[in-house]
Parts: sequence; C-alpha cells; structure tokens
Amino acid sequence: MTTLDNAIDQKQQSWHASIFNSQTFWVFIAVLFACVFLSFATDSFATPKNLFNITRNVTFVAIVALGMTMVIITGGIDLSVGSVLCLSSMVLGVVMHAGYNIEVGIAAAIASALAVGLFHGILIAYVGLPPFVVTLSTLSIARSLAMVASGNTVVFEFGPDHQKLLALGGGAWFFGIANPVMYMIVLALITGFVLRWTRFGRYLYAIGGNEHAAILTGVPVKQIKVAVYMISSLSAGIVGIVETGWLGAVTTNIGTGLELQVIAAAVIGGAALVGGVGTATGALIGAALIEVIRNSLGLLGINAFWQGVFIGSAILIAVLFDRVRNLRQNK
Amino acid sequence: MAILELSNISRHFGAIQAVNDVSLKLDAGEVVGLMGDNGAGKSTLVKMIAGNFRPSHGTIQMEGRELILHRPLDARQHGIEIVHQDLALCNNLTAAANVFLGRELSRNFGPIKVLDYAAMYKRAGQIFTELKSETRPRDLVQKMSGGQRQAVAIARTRLTNSKIVLMDEPTAAISVRQVAEVLSLIRRLRDQGIAVVLISHRMPDVFDVADRVIVLRRGNKVADKKISQTSPEEVTGLITGAIVKA
Repeated sequence: MTTLDNAIDQKQQSWHASIFNSQTFWVFIAVLFACVFLSFATDSFATPKNLFNITRNVTFVAIVALGMTMVIITGGIDLSVGSVLCLSSMVLGVVMHAGYNIEVGIAAAIASALAVGLFHGILIAYVGLPPFVVTLSTLSIARSLAMVASGNTVVFEFGPDHQKLLALGGGAWFFGIANPVMYMIVLALITGFVLRWTRFGRYLYAIGGNEHAAILTGVPVKQIKVAVYMISSLSAGIVGIVETGWLGAVTTNIGTGLELQVIAAAVIGGAALVGGVGTATGALIGAALIEVIRNSLGLLGINAFWQGVFIGSAILIAVLFDRVRNLRQNK
Repeated sequence: MAILELSNISRHFGAIQAVNDVSLKLDAGEVVGLMGDNGAGKSTLVKMIAGNFRPSHGTIQMEGRELILHRPLDARQHGIEIVHQDLALCNNLTAAANVFLGRELSRNFGPIKVLDYAAMYKRAGQIFTELKSETRPRDLVQKMSGGQRQAVAIARTRLTNSKIVLMDEPTAAISVRQVAEVLSLIRRLRDQGIAVVLISHRMPDVFDVADRVIVLRRGNKVADKKISQTSPEEVTGLITGAIVKA
C-alpha cells in the first residue's frame, strides 16, 4: 500500500470526518436549524410552555424508538408497538381500577408487554416466521385484547393509587424536569451503553450485519432475537404506563399509528432497515425532528393535513442521504 | 507423531457414500492441498474434521489420542480452526470486532462486564503484524479488499493456540494480487508450526504453497503425493479419472 493510500485511509478514520459522515449529525443540525428559525419566525415557539410540550411529546415516541432501533439493528422490525402500548396501558388501567395498588398494576402491564415480546421472539427466532408478518398479526391481536379486557370503555379512575399514577406520568421529581423526559434520558443512556459496551449490543450489530456469520462464529442468535423483541415490547409497555399517568385517562385508541412514527424516528436517526446500523442518540434525534416538524406546522399556521407530507419527506431525505453516502464510499 | 490422523473414515448420507474409507496423516507445519472435482467429498471430509459431521465409520486421532467431535465448538477447543469459504464476516463491524466475534474480551466495570476495546484492538493488531498483513484493527471490513478480508478470517484462527487450520477455497473469486497475499498468509501459518489443509480448485495455488497433495474422487482417496513428485498434469488426470490411481 502506498503512502497515498495510507493518507486517505487515515483521513477516513479521523473523528471529525466520521461525525460529518454521520446521518445523526446532519439530522441534529436540521433540528437545531429548525428550532432557531422557529424562534425568530414565531412568537410562540421559544416559550417555556411550548418547549415543555415538545420535550414531553418527544419522549413517548423516543422511548419506543430506542427499543425499535435495537430491533432494526438486527435487521428485524416490530409493527406491534402501538398496540402493545395500548395493551399495557389498558391492563394497568383495568387492574388499578379494580382496586389493586400501583405496583400490581405496573407489574401486570409490564408482564403483558413482555409476554407479547416473548411470543414474537419465539415465532421469529425458533419458528422462523418473518418479523413483519408476526408483528403485523400482534398489531391486530394486542389492541383487540385491550378492547376485550376493558370492554372498550374509557378508564379514568385508577383506584386507591390514582394520584400516584398521575404523579408518575405527569410529575416532575428531579429539578423540575418532566418525569417522562427523565425516563427517556435514563433509558437512552442505558440503551447507548448496552449497544456500545456489551456483548449483547455487539451481537445485535453482528446479527444485522451477517446473521449466517454470527451463527457460524457461535453467537447465540436465537436467544438474542427473543431478547430484542422482548425489549422492544418492554419499551412500548413502559410508555403505555407513563402515558396513562400523564393523560390521566386511557381509551383503546391510545398508540394508534405509533409504529409508523417510531419507525420513522429510528430511520431518520440513522438506523438502516437492512440491519447492522443504528444508535440510541439517533433514535432520540429522529424523534425530536418529527416532533419539531409537527409542532412547527401548527405554529406557522400550516394546515395540519400537510403534516404527513413533511414527515414522509423527512424519511425519504434521510434514506436518500444514506444512499448517497454509501455510493460515495463504495466508489 | 502425526498431529492429525484419520483412519478408514467413511461418511454416508442415506444411500450416498460421500467419503469412503479415507485414511490420511497430517504433520505440524505442513500444508496439504486437498483437491477433487465437485462432489468428490472434500467438504464432507473437512467438515468431519471441523466437527460439523460425525464419521459413519473410522476414527480421528489428534496427537495419538482419539477425538470425538459432536459440535464445531469441540473441534475449536482441540485447536482445530476452520476458515469458511464465505469467510463469515460482518461488513458493518471493524476488523477487530470480526476477529473476536463470539469470543469477545471483556473486563469488569463494577458489577457488569464491558467489552475491552483496547485489549481487542491490541491483540488483533499483534495478530495482523504476525501475519504481515497491513489490515488495521479499527477499519471496517466493508472497505477491505478480498485479501484483507481473508486476513481477518485467518486472524480468527490465531486467537487460540490452534494446531490445525482448515481453509475452504480461500482463493476462489479474488484477484491475482490478492491470491498472492493469501498464499503468503498460508506460509506464515505454516512457519508457525501449524498444519494447514487447503481445499482448492486452483492448481497453481496448490503447487505454489502445498507440500503435499491429496486427491479425492467419488469419495475415495486416489492419490497422496509430495508436490515434488507429481505434476499438475498428473493431478488433473487423477481428478478427472483419466489416471485411475497414483
């Protein structure tokens, strides 16, 4: 190899080049740019109340996007998250409404979410069904079960621990930061740590990069797939609980269409649907971009019907950016 | 004493006799070319040594002791490593991550175990230096040439104190310059006292690097000769059946 090749390779390795090459960085710049622009263009964007709204709205999508990103890294997909959120939320509501305390309610909600994840994992890893089909079926099944459990009514009385639940979702226990935001930060730190520093995280990338190679080198591929679908369902279940506390009431409509927003957030944040690529920061920044777009359309007085066009375009731009970058690298 | 000795090994799949009564010996620091047409039984033979299949008949001995291999992991623990034809690499990971895939080094971080990046980069770097490869541990496999990818796959076999390395068609589908690179990697393994079994269709590669050539035809061993005592013409004849036995 010549010194010229060395020089080129060295440059590809340097940290600033890798930052400028990262999709997450450019989406982050887009979010910042949009925020600065909106602060000047509208009077209502940079108000504490609006920023509070944005951060809290971001969290629900972002937390689920963390789990989704892990699934997408393995080359899978989880379409059921919105329905699992609804199931967890309804199980919590029904159990607490029946007079049980909040601990029992949360345990039941988490258990129901994990059960769905385990079901996914077994069918995908051991039976070998495609993730798309398996999670499409539970998208239907989980919401239906939630309707059965609740009789499709609105639950707004949560028994003796009613106030505790509202505080869990709506309170601000640390330094005046809304609780959901705290949960998001903690979960994002854990996800980031797991992806970067543990064998489990390394194996997620390996499975997404080349599943056959992972099997040949002795990676426990099946067990890891089961775990990752359980994590995804768990993240939806957690949001189900938090969002119930925040709203103070729950209907079987909660979380409808969430899967699309969450997948959009993960993809905009740099996760590749073919697998092998994705980060926790990306999931947060992707969720932030979607929320800023949604919020700004309202503030700028643009008809809300346009929202889908903007979010869809953001997905396309993100994927195109990735394609262009790959073409350039492979030349 | 031979490092590996197969005695009267056979393997059938239903009515098909894939390998029939094959005996062979392998010495430390020896490169043996294993040749034969498609379906001659090369892969089956190597997979029995690597623990993927169990022989229907016959025994495998390593340094005089009988080996019974149930899984690939058993073979690995006895110092038998295989480089798969498709290399089994993850393009999205670094060279070091691929070398250590499934055998990551970790260190304690409070109560949890975290990946020890520094140690893995260092060890992978040492192995690449030993192999005289210019592969850098932090580079993504995606950006690598065929020769460098081979180096990564071969580096895996050097993680443990392996004694036998089985290579399945390492020079198929790579450029001429990269072939030279791979052949020198094989010599490097030999110089370290490792026995290498090289499955190949490419006559020049076998005659370039191997000390001995074994030819299989329809599951039978039809030749086992020193490279200096044979010629490409003879080996071609043995493979096709124009020469019955040598």
